[in-house]
Amino acid sequence: MDRKIYLDNASTTYVSSEVLNEMMPCFNVIYGNAGSVHSFGRDAMAIVDRARDRVKEAINAQKANEIYFTSGGTEADNWAILGIAHAYAGKGKHIITSQIEHHAILNACHQLEKEGFEVTYLPVDSTGLVDLAELLHAIKKETILISIMTVNNEVGTIQNIKAIAKIAHDYNILFHTDAVQALGTMKLDVQDMEIDLLSLSSHKIHGPKGVGALYIKEGIAIEPILFGGENQERGKRAGTENVPGIAGFGKAVEIASKHYMITNQKLKTIRDYFLEQLGKNLDNFQVNGHPHQKSNAILNVSFYGVEGESVLMLLDLAGICVSTSSACTSKSLLPSHVLKAMGIPEEVAQSSIRISFGTNISKSDVDYVVSEIVKVVNKLREISPIKMRRN
Amino acid sequence: MIYSKTILDRFQNPRNAGKIPKASAVGEANNASCGDKVKLFLKISDTGIIEIAKFQAFGCSATIAASDILCDLIKGKTIDDSLKVSNYDFLKILGDLPAHKMHSIILAEEVIRVSIEDYYKRKERETRAQMRKNNASI
Repeated sequence: MDRKIYLDNASTTYVSSEVLNEMMPCFNVIYGNAGSVHSFGRDAMAIVDRARDRVKEAINAQKANEIYFTSGGTEADNWAILGIAHAYAGKGKHIITSQIEHHAILNACHQLEKEGFEVTYLPVDSTGLVDLAELLHAIKKETILISIMTVNNEVGTIQNIKAIAKIAHDYNILFHTDAVQALGTMKLDVQDMEIDLLSLSSHKIHGPKGVGALYIKEGIAIEPILFGGENQERGKRAGTENVPGIAGFGKAVEIASKHYMITNQKLKTIRDYFLEQLGKNLDNFQVNGHPHQKSNAILNVSFYGVEGESVLMLLDLAGICVSTSSACTSKSLLPSHVLKAMGIPEEVAQSSIRISFGTNISKSDVDYVVSEIVKVVNKLREISPIKMRRN
Repeated sequence: MIYSKTILDRFQNPRNAGKIPKASAVGEANNASCGDKVKLFLKISDTGIIEIAKFQAFGCSATIAASDILCDLIKGKTIDDSLKVSNYDFLKILGDLPAHKMHSIILAEEVIRVSIEDYYKRKERETRAQMRKNNASI
């Protein structure tokens, strides 16, 4: 019973030892304020600059100065939406996003609606993909920004980012993508993909929490959302630089981007073996999301007839950590907006759990997890009044 | 852990899960907002005492635990007394329950009401059938 298996890597990850090593000196040796002119400050700034270079390399930005460090993915998303809207309001007050975005995007858009902006929330198909025809249809003269996430955090579906960016630019509209779940499992190239703004987070890729970045292509105007020191992050993002966090993030990005192909292959092997074993031992479940255009790290499964939270709780008691977006888990009691947008029936959405793999999962871990899932699901099905079968 | 030991225990090892084949009453209640579903089966004696209570649930751990406790609370009670089971009775057994999980108790209270309603409906049908039979024999 002491066995612990962490399958919630889309939520957060452990900090790798290489990253930790990179961070340690920044707490008590190179502890200067990166804004200070003296040697302590210059040493700290050198660390920030090195991290900036590493992020630049990882996403193939043209210049390191296009990278702005933030307090994480949420701030990057908020800033992209609010900052662009405020900077380009004179050109138009219409923004396009999708119904399956992270709440950091959706709630920033709701804020803009309060300020008088119009936001179109594009629907998705049953696999979670944004329809490009719908996108074209939604574009107006007043549209200033399109923001579509690269990889969905609940079901793992990968959007056709390059095509969407192309459409945006055909109409002279800026394109932002939340790539928080994409980093580390796929190639991110902002030049090739024609991305204008891109959000990143550190703690999803074995970096520390509380740090992330927003890539802003040179020449694009953006209003700040934090006000304070005029010299920090070229006057665009106030607040003393989180030097240890940034150092760790830089290292984590470097490792993640260097090894993304191996990571991806490992994750695919683990995921496929998991599904194979699950299929052999259990009936009446479905995998949500796109059948193949999706992240290998994220697996969203609905076990018919059982509620997600109760599955999560029983697995937790067996030392297995997964997550669920079922209504019962959230305080709002609302079911997942992503599964709802995909047209998944409420009962099936309620039955879903998200398993997000890490590369440290072994074959015997998977065997244990599958056997526990089978036990738990069968146990709950026994007491469930709902009997559902796969069509 | 956000749940009390009692909830976890009841959820893991429910004492009253299952069906009653020839139940005197069956009721089902849904929570429209979160989608939880509870079905209750009652065996009621001729004198109106609940002899056996069993449940089936599609819901979170708190809903499963609350349904299980409901069965214990109403067993041995008269129909009227079973309707008097309150939030307080549940909380006394469950210990603390997170505020957003109170719907689990509300659902349990609802399912007993619906089941008793079903019991009276069945009784009414039986009585009518009996009356028809009596009338026919006259």
